[in-house]
Amino acid sequence: MGLENLQHNFLTGTLEGMVKWARASSSWGANFGLACCAIEMMASGAANFDLARFGMEVFRASPRQADVMIVAGRVSQKMAPVLRQVYDQMVEPKWVISMGVCASTGGMFNNYAIVQGVDQIVPVDVYAPGCPPGPETLIHSILTLHQKIRTGEITRRSSAEPGAGVHLGEPDSRRALRVKV
Amino acid sequence: MSGLSNLVPRQLRGFVVTGKLPFKPKVTVQYPEEKRPKPERFHGRHVLNRYEDGMEKCIGCELCAGVCPAKCIYVRGADNPPDRPVSPGERYGFVYEINFLRCIHCDMCVEACPTEAITESKLFEFSFASRSDAIYTKAELLVDDDGLPQQLPWEDWKPGDDRNTSGWVRATSPAGDASSEGRAMWSGELGYGVRRPQRGQSDPSGADYPADTDISLRETLSGALRGIGVDDKRPDRGED
Repeated sequence: MGLENLQHNFLTGTLEGMVKWARASSSWGANFGLACCAIEMMASGAANFDLARFGMEVFRASPRQADVMIVAGRVSQKMAPVLRQVYDQMVEPKWVISMGVCASTGGMFNNYAIVQGVDQIVPVDVYAPGCPPGPETLIHSILTLHQKIRTGEITRRSSAEPGAGVHLGEPDSRRALRVKV
Repeated sequence: MSGLSNLVPRQLRGFVVTGKLPFKPKVTVQYPEEKRPKPERFHGRHVLNRYEDGMEKCIGCELCAGVCPAKCIYVRGADNPPDRPVSPGERYGFVYEINFLRCIHCDMCVEACPTEAITESKLFEFSFASRSDAIYTKAELLVDDDGLPQQLPWEDWKPGDDRNTSGWVRATSPAGDASSEGRAMWSGELGYGVRRPQRGQSDPSGADYPADTDISLRETLSGALRGIGVDDKRPDRGED
């Protein structure tokens, strides 16, 4: 009949669009300010730039209520396991914005104490450059992430995408069962 | 306490402040539609400039790469081919790469550059979905044949942003002497000509050119006299 390869029909396609719209419109941030980038992140939430226009005004201190982890600042080697634990505690679907050059590559701190890029620890979706990025740069990266949510897959992204793709603490037996998208 | 607050029961006094606020002017900038005006001497994404005849200004001396505290610039120079020289000198920048996930926009490369080849624009609204997008090569940094910066799909250029591509050099004196502030001591740029100096930092009267009057030569002449050395005419701003 030629319909075997049809992935979505009218109903599931509309439902998928609605789910993506809801995810992009209210992606709450996990509160992970580490350095001076956090000041700019706070400024983005304040009245001058007003992240509430994108449904992101609540920065959750609890990772279980958050969708987007904005890693704002340099990550030291000692902070890295904490960051990974917070990421693991977040509920799927979850995304990561690496804000600022220190979080993205280590920036000017090219030394033994700083993780040279948080994508060695968690899979990063969007990188925001700058030292620190201004609120407009952060909003631009958030809009890039929203576009990625709207156009991306609805299920868990595969590890072939940018980012380390490492999932600590996940048994190998479960990894084989995971659906590849 | 004001008289108005005394009329309100104590439990509702906090709402007096809240009730006043809707009538105050709104401060929110609707960012994706409009941008805040950038301050003078703002440091944004780099551009590689060209002379008015289209030659590249970069001579491949690697001073910018040497001074960069984040080690984000990679330059390799090469000898100019005699039949088709790229820059008006012996050597030119053969490879020029900046990793914008390392760059901290300190502008020390602009300070170190002997030919004003690299300057910083005021474009700061960009983000990357992959790391390879963040490494800008010479094809992305160099201005195009009209002298305009390249506008990449992950950058948010608004109309008028391309006129602000060399703020820092024009605001302070390239020779390092404060007495030479306000004098044009730089070469012309493709599409813009010899740009006007901006008001320096040591000027007691202080005020900079506002961004709106800082129009480019391209707009002044409507493209008719592009590439010709034009009299450095400055707008009327009182004594100088």
